[in-house]
Amino acid sequence: MGRVAIIGASMTQFGQREGEWIQDLLAEAGIECLEDAGVDADDVEHLYVSNMASGEFEGQTGVPNALAHDLDAMPAYTQRIDQTSSSGGAGIYAAWQSVASGASDMTMLVGGEKMTHKTTGEATDVIASLTHPAEYKHGVTLPSFAGLTARHYLERFDAPRESLGKVAVKNHKNGVDNPHAQFQTEVDLETVLESPIVADPLRLYDFCPITDGSAALMLCPESIAKEYADEYAVITGIDGATDTHVVHEREDPTVMGGVVESGKGAYEMSGYGPDDIDVAELHDMFTILEFLQMEGLGFAEQGEAWKRVEEGHTERDGELPINTSGGLKSKGHPLGASGVAQGVEIYEQLVGEAGPRQVDADVGLCCNVGGFGNCVITTIMEAAQ
Amino acid sequence: MTMEATRYDDGSITYPGHPRGPGGSEPVETIDLSEYTAEIVTWTTSTATPPGVREPNHLAIVEFDVEGESVRAIGQLTTGDVETGDEVRPVYVDELRDPGAGIREPESQAWDGYRFEPV
Repeated sequence: MGRVAIIGASMTQFGQREGEWIQDLLAEAGIECLEDAGVDADDVEHLYVSNMASGEFEGQTGVPNALAHDLDAMPAYTQRIDQTSSSGGAGIYAAWQSVASGASDMTMLVGGEKMTHKTTGEATDVIASLTHPAEYKHGVTLPSFAGLTARHYLERFDAPRESLGKVAVKNHKNGVDNPHAQFQTEVDLETVLESPIVADPLRLYDFCPITDGSAALMLCPESIAKEYADEYAVITGIDGATDTHVVHEREDPTVMGGVVESGKGAYEMSGYGPDDIDVAELHDMFTILEFLQMEGLGFAEQGEAWKRVEEGHTERDGELPINTSGGLKSKGHPLGASGVAQGVEIYEQLVGEAGPRQVDADVGLCCNVGGFGNCVITTIMEAAQ
Repeated sequence: MTMEATRYDDGSITYPGHPRGPGGSEPVETIDLSEYTAEIVTWTTSTATPPGVREPNHLAIVEFDVEGESVRAIGQLTTGDVETGDEVRPVYVDELRDPGAGIREPESQAWDGYRFEPV
């Protein structure tokens, strides 16, 4: 298998994009990615679209073909990738496979979702439709899983409630320097801890917002990457894994098996370990998820991620900056776009295009979580040598 | 009405049941968890609920001990006045949420079930 390079990236403004729908958002990111990579639409052989629920959200299906037409990328092969909230990461995996296998010499991945025209309750219900009937009939939602897990974590590991709030404070602070983020404002700890309860003990600022947006990546064999870019990134490790559909059946509520297994696979493929990672984007749909992924990926021992956060270890100037983009928490979470946008941030960090968010990084990792850890993709990239 | 868990040929029990259990084990019998009490593992009160769901919605993950074999379940609580470790019993409710209000096809699943009530 040849090495796969990322030679271009783009991201639309995340937030409430009134009057713009899924086709508009995908096309915006797609056109910008073609321009960023210096690739003609005619040269795109495979075109993947990461999207969870355009049919459920706006009654528009068949979006990959629609995008191919809007970009005039025919006759590119198209495919939609739905893996709920990890559709974006799964798209990176699919795009990587298409190039690594030799099936395509130029693959564009565009992830996107249009959500904000729905009420919070309606959007929450679309996302909660991934749950088992035994969960759904009780009104179980993804935020309620987060509340259940956060209480268990805090009680079991004697972690202070404030440590979760500090994740929100950090990620909002990072989002200030991301011009594409939905929220570009800092919040203080007191505001987080006094915000309205959503799923006790978690409050409004422990949760990501509902978001419209799109992001894209261009992948090709490393052997031709230099024809397009002086600076590029290489995907050195990638793996995906699942955990139980029924969340309460997991042996340990604080261990996400999909994070552990996909992380192991990505580390093994890349030859890197947790200590080699210079920057990471984790799926902070809820603040508690940042702790669980840090522990599942070996950045902290079980029950101790909160200590790393308290020590400032994960700040932008810390030992391991996490969510320099602002994370889902501040940047926003357009379901199908989020995993792709994680990849965009790591790519920009590795090629030195992160502007005021720039950290010193040669190797980066992103972890994209679907459901409540039901499906997970971990990707490791390095700056081209 | 029963709160039906499934025992597999390796002795493990899950709620709900699956066509195959842990390690590929095959189902051998069902067990009615409504005859047992359970202990609260963790709980939450959700205040941002989807269409057709009561608000606030008190929820818990509980653990039953069925002849030495533990089995967990998730469900609504009858009250938010609980603590981790409290003992609860299942109480039948004929409609846990409004089947017609959400995105899921009403005919695709059952809507009755059990809430957990402190003993």
